[in-house]
Amino acid sequence: MRVHAQRAGALLGGLMFPAWSMADWTLNMTPGVTGTSNEIFSLHMTILWICVVIGVVVFGVMFWSIFAHRKSQGAKPANFHENTLVEILWTIIPFVILVVMAIPATATLVDMYDTSESEVDIKITGYQWKWQYEYINEDFGYFSNLATPRDQIENRQAKGENYLLEVDNHLVIPVGKKIRFLVTANDVIHSWWVPDFGVKKDAIPGFINETWTRVDKPGIYRGQCTELCGKDHGFMPVVVEAVPEEEYNTWVAEKKEAAERERQLTQKDWTMAELMERGEKAYQTACAACHQADGSGAPPAFPALKGSPIATQDMAAHIDIVVNGKSGTAMQAFGNQLSEVDLAAVITYERNAWGNNTGEMVTPKEIFDYKNQQ
Amino acid sequence: MAVTGVFMSAVADTHAQDHHHGPAKGISRWLLTTNHKDIGTMYLIFSFAMFLLGGSMAMVIRAELFQPGLQIVQPEFFNQMTTMHGLIMVFGAVMPAFVGLANWMLPLMIGAPDMALPRMNNWSFWLLPCAFLILVSTLFMEGGGPNFGWTFYAPLSTTYGPPSTTFFIFAVHIMGISSIMGAINVIATILNLRAPGMTLMKMPLFVWTWLITAFLLIAVMPVLAGVVTMMLMDINFGTSFFDASGGGDPVLFQHVFWFFGHPEVYIMILPAFGAVSHIIPAFSRKPLFGYASMVYAVGAIALLSFVVWAHHMFTVGIPIVGQLFFMYATMLIAVPTGVKVFNWVATMFRGSLTFEAPMLFAVAFVILFTIGGFSGLMLAIAPADFQYHDTYFVVAHFHYVLVPGAIFGIFASAYFWLPKWTGHMYDETLAKTHFWLSFVGMNLAFFPMHFLGLAGMPRRIPDYALQFADFNMVSSVGAFMFGATQLLFLFIVVKCIRGGKEAAAKPWDGAEGLEWTVPSPAPYHTFSTPPEVK
Repeated sequence: MRVHAQRAGALLGGLMFPAWSMADWTLNMTPGVTGTSNEIFSLHMTILWICVVIGVVVFGVMFWSIFAHRKSQGAKPANFHENTLVEILWTIIPFVILVVMAIPATATLVDMYDTSESEVDIKITGYQWKWQYEYINEDFGYFSNLATPRDQIENRQAKGENYLLEVDNHLVIPVGKKIRFLVTANDVIHSWWVPDFGVKKDAIPGFINETWTRVDKPGIYRGQCTELCGKDHGFMPVVVEAVPEEEYNTWVAEKKEAAERERQLTQKDWTMAELMERGEKAYQTACAACHQADGSGAPPAFPALKGSPIATQDMAAHIDIVVNGKSGTAMQAFGNQLSEVDLAAVITYERNAWGNNTGEMVTPKEIFDYKNQQ
Repeated sequence: MAVTGVFMSAVADTHAQDHHHGPAKGISRWLLTTNHKDIGTMYLIFSFAMFLLGGSMAMVIRAELFQPGLQIVQPEFFNQMTTMHGLIMVFGAVMPAFVGLANWMLPLMIGAPDMALPRMNNWSFWLLPCAFLILVSTLFMEGGGPNFGWTFYAPLSTTYGPPSTTFFIFAVHIMGISSIMGAINVIATILNLRAPGMTLMKMPLFVWTWLITAFLLIAVMPVLAGVVTMMLMDINFGTSFFDASGGGDPVLFQHVFWFFGHPEVYIMILPAFGAVSHIIPAFSRKPLFGYASMVYAVGAIALLSFVVWAHHMFTVGIPIVGQLFFMYATMLIAVPTGVKVFNWVATMFRGSLTFEAPMLFAVAFVILFTIGGFSGLMLAIAPADFQYHDTYFVVAHFHYVLVPGAIFGIFASAYFWLPKWTGHMYDETLAKTHFWLSFVGMNLAFFPMHFLGLAGMPRRIPDYALQFADFNMVSSVGAFMFGATQLLFLFIVVKCIRGGKEAAAKPWDGAEGLEWTVPSPAPYHTFSTPPEVK
């Protein structure tokens, strides 16, 4: 069915719209690269052709009437207004078609729900407006943020090839393995979607959804958040890189080592300049989406930090709000999102940037102790 | 017994007023009126004003999406536009337009002197401008208006909503009260005030579809009120209905919302089914094919609409058994809907067809609504929905059922009954121009959205990747064309009210029904003495 459908589709497309076969005028869903996405594509084409056939018959009769039974052509109206046999037939035939359609759909759905016997488990957490990927068996994780520069979005710079579909850190998975995704969210509902995998699952705060994939072809696959999640809903893409197993193992080893190095940084003695430098970077990725790069915010939802009491007065209150968030507002608890080093750096940065010249700094060690006291 | 009493006294009253039939003068005519025709007119004017307002928001959306990048509005405002566009079109344009048609036409079609509850009728109209004043005013409040989509999923609309959300909730409550009262009035009128001899199975289909719609409204508007009340509690009184950290569940919101939301989409289409079932036979000069099966089909659609809500939620992670149930139930709706389409086509078959504006809109309704039905059938296939869900494919789908469905149904009705309302024929050439521009503009705007969705463009985004650029530009051009064309409709209606060829009592030679037995324009009071239906 699938091959038939594809061929017929290609033929129809080729005959009718030669100019539209270019990439930018894509008309149809793509089959994708996984078993699931191919099964979905096949269902999609089957139901599409069923609709086309029904449409041709129904609209055919209608256009025939419009053409042949016009008053201006001298048509005299017939007077029939019911026919039990016809009415029973056109109730039963669609019903039978639907039953036939429901069988493969059910089979695919059962397959999509089977998350057992996975080889790699990855926890995906949606945040406003980025994704966190945690390799739960390997003890490391990281955030994946939009990498498209603001200048491209605001039309000050030419847009790149992967405009809005590029991130700083890809989700890396090995090819040929069954990967289980545990999907949740930290704030509002998001939805994690990679069209080429046929995987879309809502990320719901407080609940964990499961889904899975197995990718056989190495490559980079792009998707987006598909549940309205606030201001930057359109700016939190998903980028997955499928690599051969050896490459994946090397990458995991490097990541684990880097995570260990990061943990040791907490114990290092940091200077103000080092913290400011690191803080600026961390601020740009974690805070600037709401509080803006210049600390001016977007009141009332996102207050300014420049000259604000939080960032210029009591240090303890400042640490508290960054680590624990503020319930009932969009201010998240960053204690679990950022490392102690980044927390210390961000707080130090906020207390000394944009004219908030308090001269105060907080070290990663102090943050570490603060979190342990709680 | 009481019913007969009311009926008799209504007849007696209007007899006593034989010599001062006309409406009151000045503004009080409109503020205090209990006349179904005046109230119908106000509903129609109000809904058209909301249609233009909601439409202008769509123009902002399409202007921003004309090309990639952020040009005209920022994402915060873009989200307010998508939200308000949806809310205003659903609650301000489509629903009140059908209530307006019901007010005007139901009494005329069943031979009643007025609606059964005229004072409540007045109140249910005047609540609406108040509700929308509150809703629209949120745009000017600190933090902006609702920005969480017309479906206002929690916790985006609760914990993370703007401060104006409470005003939004209040506005929804008022709209709900207005709708429920309107529905009670429709049911009371249809069940009690039919002319002698008009049995249920002799009622015109517009009356049937409105009766069923009214029951749907009474069933689900309280559910909407319930869900927004729970939001109100979560926002202002510290409860946690939709907050997992307090023991609640964000998915509960979606279940309750869509228990309202799915019947709601039939509320917006069933009256159009009814109107088209009058217009197609009138211009085919042939009786409607399968009247009884049409009635049963509408009933079946209405009942099924209560057990399909979770097909809006295939990706939230409901268990597979639930997933399968909602998939099968949703697919089942295609059967009665198909019956209706087949009946309309069979009505046209071997008729004697002419194509005045009402017929053009009605035929386009059948074709384009069917296309929307096809994409609905595709969306019903749960595994495939994982790819379609929350993409532009869904946007294409529901605009195909709502624009040519509800809106074209309303235009068809307006042209069909304008001669009865105004006593003048509208300008046929302009009306046909209005149709063709709307038809082309609408298809240009919404058909490419199917392709965008299948190519992977999510809905509700203010900016998009470059491969979506071409079709978005086409879509925007179509939308501007469709939007601008609606000003022509305003011009046609104003022109028709001010003058034009005198309309006969029955201006369409194939039309059937009691409304064509009264003069055009319909006098201020009609059927003071009930007609006899054989």
